[in-house]
Amino acid sequence: MGFFIEVLVGGLMAGVLYSLVALGFVLIFKASGVFNFAQGAMVLFAALSFVRLLDILKDTFAPMLLALAITIAIMIVLAIVIERLVLRPLVNQPGISLFMATLGIAYFLDGFGQAIWGSDVYTLDVGIPKDPVLLFESIFEGGVLLSTEDMVAALVAGLLVAALALFFQRTRIGRALRAVADDHQAAQSVGIPLNYIWVIVWSVAGLVALVAGIIWGSKLGVQFSLSLIALKALPVLILGGFESVLGAIVGGLIIGAGEKLSEVYLGPYIGGGIENWFAYVLALFFLLFRPQGLFGEKHIDRV
Amino acid sequence: MFYREAGQFKTSYAADQAAFPISQDRVFIGIWLLIGFVAVPLLSNEYLFRAIFIPFLIMALAALGLNLLVGYCGQVSLGTGAFMAVGAYAAYNFWIRIPGLNPLIAFVLAGGVATLVGILFGIPSLRIKGFYLAVATLAAQFFIDWVFSRIGWFTNYTPSGSIAVPAISLFGFEFESPLRKYFLCLTILVLFAIVAKNLVRGRIGRAWMATRDMDVAAEIIGIRPMYAKLSAFAVSSFFIGVAGALWGFVHLGSWEPLAFDVNRSFSILFMVIIGGLGSILGAFLGAAFITVLPLILNQTPHWLGIQLSTAMISHIEFMIFGALIVFFLAVEPQGLARLWRIAKEKLRLWPFPY
Repeated sequence: MGFFIEVLVGGLMAGVLYSLVALGFVLIFKASGVFNFAQGAMVLFAALSFVRLLDILKDTFAPMLLALAITIAIMIVLAIVIERLVLRPLVNQPGISLFMATLGIAYFLDGFGQAIWGSDVYTLDVGIPKDPVLLFESIFEGGVLLSTEDMVAALVAGLLVAALALFFQRTRIGRALRAVADDHQAAQSVGIPLNYIWVIVWSVAGLVALVAGIIWGSKLGVQFSLSLIALKALPVLILGGFESVLGAIVGGLIIGAGEKLSEVYLGPYIGGGIENWFAYVLALFFLLFRPQGLFGEKHIDRV
Repeated sequence: MFYREAGQFKTSYAADQAAFPISQDRVFIGIWLLIGFVAVPLLSNEYLFRAIFIPFLIMALAALGLNLLVGYCGQVSLGTGAFMAVGAYAAYNFWIRIPGLNPLIAFVLAGGVATLVGILFGIPSLRIKGFYLAVATLAAQFFIDWVFSRIGWFTNYTPSGSIAVPAISLFGFEFESPLRKYFLCLTILVLFAIVAKNLVRGRIGRAWMATRDMDVAAEIIGIRPMYAKLSAFAVSSFFIGVAGALWGFVHLGSWEPLAFDVNRSFSILFMVIIGGLGSILGAFLGAAFITVLPLILNQTPHWLGIQLSTAMISHIEFMIFGALIVFFLAVEPQGLARLWRIAKEKLRLWPFPY
């Protein structure tokens, strides 16, 4: 029983990390209807910028804060550039074209980030404790071994989601964002500037990418494979629904837990490495019953 | 004045039903066939065949197949690489397990297996649409990658997991030299292109297009969505499976599952989008563009005499590739095929402005 809970909790924690990446997708999809494949590339780019700036600024008085501030500035500039050069010329194009454009952005960012920051594996230490802790020793035999790193990550993710929820619900810009998400034309007709909103959304997605990049980077090292995390976040998205922040969180938890449990309990029977596809098949299975994802909006087709 | 339909009267039902009713189109196709079958073999060398023409022909076949699904039936698929892998591995298994089997028959059987797999993974399209479906097809990609790298039976238990096949021989000909391989691929591509052209202008192609434009409306006018969508998945997977078998047997000769990973799926989707959705010509133009572009990007620093590390070159290649894709989508969202359409309009009126 203790082992089961250990695996389950470990999976849930990993799921939180998937949710962090999925969150970036959801933000952009809600506000602009763009399925942003470049989210993974943004995670890599943000993490690379951060880790390299940390290295360059290590002799200043507060390297961490400075690097963070500069990286945030870089992500905002990136959002502005993307809006100017990609989204604006592609207004009113079908979704598939925009999706391909974000694939182009992903290629560009992967190349650009590694061209200016180098393509080695960088270790990132932001002071998250790494020692595992033993919990519930009195309840289960042997206790439950948990990684503090994962717990910090889960905590950060929780705070981020709470902050985003507040931002969306309580601020003026947040209301504008929700209006745009509901209906582009109606939002525009009441005077919400679409281009400005898109810059904000892409900036926020950039910040989420930065947080995800820092957490993943301190776990795995900052390297090219961070860019492929986007592929892990996709089943989370279709499971939770493209339009739902809550869906990204719940989807991430289900995928994370399912993946780890299947790896441990099913893996020995059908061969290892099933975590590469299990999430997709699980998500596909859910989709057969709820085609719009768990929390997605039901689409009504009118002829 | 060069492209005028005026005066070309159709005097029989056969003429009215022709695939290319305008004589200029027929001449144009004839010229391209001449270039393909005569000019290229005369003027080209081994390197060009190996590096450009053979990959281009096979990729064009795959792009043609994907275009039937994405461009004509509107079902976005990111699992192309996986269906190619199914074709390649199926052909390999038919070929080693049935001694003396004609490779062409193995290719066709492989296409049949890819068709079945395609239908299986196309079933979700009956319930889910758009990007949900696109992501769902990734399930095929990752699952099939896993199957071929983990289950030894498919690779005949080779210890490295990679497969090597000797040059194929057909009707007494060894297909070892690039020139012969080129002719084989070209012939197959031309045959499939004719099939595709006739499919999309027939009943089934119209059913696909109606489903693409609006599936609810198509259902109301009496098109069975299940039949339309699954047939699109089936035909497209057949094309892609044969392309995969050719890619493995004719182009690579030896391969491992990595040759058909998700990047392959993306690059074929790029071909379809850059070439032009819903256009046979577009599949060819897109395949040519995506095959040639990396070679040019790779060689440019060399030509300019700039010394760069290989890592830097590959990063810059990525950047330029990504930027060009965005650029093309922004400038001509309907793809290269649309440029040809514009050119035809201009040729019709030239030299007069209107």
